[in-house]
Amino acid sequence: MTLQALFERSEAHPGAPGLRALTVPYERWQEVAFDLSVADARLVALWASGDARTAPLIHAAFVAEGAGLVLTLPMVDLGEPYPGIEELFPAAARMQRAVADLSGVRSTDPDTRPWLRHAAWQASYRPLIDPPLLATTTEPPIDSYDFVRVEGDGVHEIAVGPVHAGTIEPGHFRFSVVGEKVLRLEERLGYVHKGIELRFTQLPILEAHRLAARVSGDSAVAFSWAYCQAVEGMANTEIPPRAAWLRALYLELERVANHLGDLGALGNDAGFAFGLAQFSRLKEHLLRASQQAFGQRYLMDAVMPGGTQRDITRMGIPMLRRCLREIEHEVLTLRTIYDEHEGVRDRFTGAGTVTPELAARLGLTGLAGRASAQAFDLRSDLPCEPYTQLPVTKIVRSDGDVAARVAVRFDELHESCRLIERILGALPAGPHRTPLQVPADGTVGAGLIEGWRGPVLVALEAGPGGSIRRCHPHDPSWHNWPVLEHAIIGNIVPDFPLINKSFNLSYSGHDL
Amino acid sequence: MLKTLRQIASIGIVSEPPPQADESLRLRDGLQDEIRAVLGRALCIRHIDAGSCNGCELEIHALNNPLYNLEGLGIRFVASPRHADLLLVTGPVSKHMEVALRRTYDATPDPKLVVAIGDCGCTGGIFGETYASCGRVSNVIPVDVAVPGCPPSPTRILQGILAALARSVAPVTGAGEPP
Repeated sequence: MTLQALFERSEAHPGAPGLRALTVPYERWQEVAFDLSVADARLVALWASGDARTAPLIHAAFVAEGAGLVLTLPMVDLGEPYPGIEELFPAAARMQRAVADLSGVRSTDPDTRPWLRHAAWQASYRPLIDPPLLATTTEPPIDSYDFVRVEGDGVHEIAVGPVHAGTIEPGHFRFSVVGEKVLRLEERLGYVHKGIELRFTQLPILEAHRLAARVSGDSAVAFSWAYCQAVEGMANTEIPPRAAWLRALYLELERVANHLGDLGALGNDAGFAFGLAQFSRLKEHLLRASQQAFGQRYLMDAVMPGGTQRDITRMGIPMLRRCLREIEHEVLTLRTIYDEHEGVRDRFTGAGTVTPELAARLGLTGLAGRASAQAFDLRSDLPCEPYTQLPVTKIVRSDGDVAARVAVRFDELHESCRLIERILGALPAGPHRTPLQVPADGTVGAGLIEGWRGPVLVALEAGPGGSIRRCHPHDPSWHNWPVLEHAIIGNIVPDFPLINKSFNLSYSGHDL
Repeated sequence: MLKTLRQIASIGIVSEPPPQADESLRLRDGLQDEIRAVLGRALCIRHIDAGSCNGCELEIHALNNPLYNLEGLGIRFVASPRHADLLLVTGPVSKHMEVALRRTYDATPDPKLVVAIGDCGCTGGIFGETYASCGRVSNVIPVDVAVPGCPPSPTRILQGILAALARSVAPVTGAGEPP
């Protein structure tokens, strides 16, 4: 079936603009997924819903040709695995394994190893379906995981983590190496799994934007905006124009702050500590400006259902404008220094390459995707207010190496500075928040926002009396972690921190 | 190279004087004298993310920027708990990090200090205690100082670290300091 025909059968889905929903019968699930893959649709997320009373439902969200599509597979037979789509969309493999860990329904994928579940709960327990476990004080048993073994003359393993040497999040990396060359990397994640999806169901629907903001702290605006977009769509409420523009201002500031942090850290990982000192100084200036303009260094609860928590202070507009101009000017100088520094150039160029073909096959997304010629950006492809009136220049490179991911960050930083300048000049007058009705029991919706790392999705289902029945937040890191395993192949072990940093993926946003 | 030097010269030294220790953040006393006797002026910190959303990590990173200039105070982050005097722990402790956190604590030589960072480290925060979360850090290892905030600012984190040491630090001029 063509994309056109699929969309014709679908119905509107509340939340993000252009979002459609379609229920697909069991026997046609893989066929529809195949049609979508042929039409170059991109998988955004895969998750399960349902509770102990109903059979679980599988959902998969895709984006194609200026529209989003949420497919739902009503499970008919609990005893039998549902058809997996990991061969068509490789990123689905880990999502399907996570569904098995949390909701107890298995796909046909032969890889039946747990993914998010370590030893904290039994395989028979379904955290999102069964009644909550009482918190226990006993230390969980030691976890064992079936890593793929690479064998051969001179092959040895290096096991790293979960506690890493730097100030970063925990995860485990298993390198199989010969000498210093990496033959294979296998990731083991799930260490920061803290039960976010269960926690959502314990919070009121009009307050859980606070939890959404803490799915991945560095993407607080993207997640809380996506959450609020879903709630507002379900409550059939339009936010005031000023609120939409303020949200875009927050989102672009979040992008600039993260890019500044990464550009400094990447210089440092290439042995150029000067870069870290300079960029971290600029980032600090930005955070202090944010403190003055919004009363917060990081905009954790700035986006809330109905609009924004606060308005920008009167002095905030000229002050932010001045700060961003200074930053942009200094970044231009620093970019020349990076470009002309032979040592930095040597480390960046050709390291951790993901070719455009591999990126397309594996579904590399967001910033890293755009560095490998995957020219997708929700701000242009599926724009919500105010991006409909705020055209974004898509930044795309095709080399797919660390240098390309650095270049995309530099270019996006300038583009965001340009957007912020425009937003500050065009902020519509009026209120920054509107009252919101509680969405009716059983309504569903989804928000979709291009965060600094890539597309962020929050799928939501309302329960009775302003409660949440199910909420699934989805970080683009799900798609890009598996690609990192490919990016490192053939590189040397000491380049891993640099290559890893050039992706800068979220552990918390992935582990939930 | 010339551009790099010009940039360094034009920015100059931007480090600010450190804040005073905030004694109210301290949960328990006793170790300070011993620690001070062992450490002299240097302190080595090992950071452990035990389940955080990564917000606190961003502010811990900021401690190393030239404005807060943590290393100028003789305080630095080290790569192994075996080199550390103080553990800086973020997050509610996830069940999956419980064993790793205990082992890291055990690997840290005595006398040692623990500073829990952020609302989650102090109380479990918005994540609370569930099948996958043990809640506050002190549910798993002993904590000396707890710094609330979501995330706490670098100044607050520094006040907490200094409170753990119960020492006041003279501002460092930067030039001519012994290594």
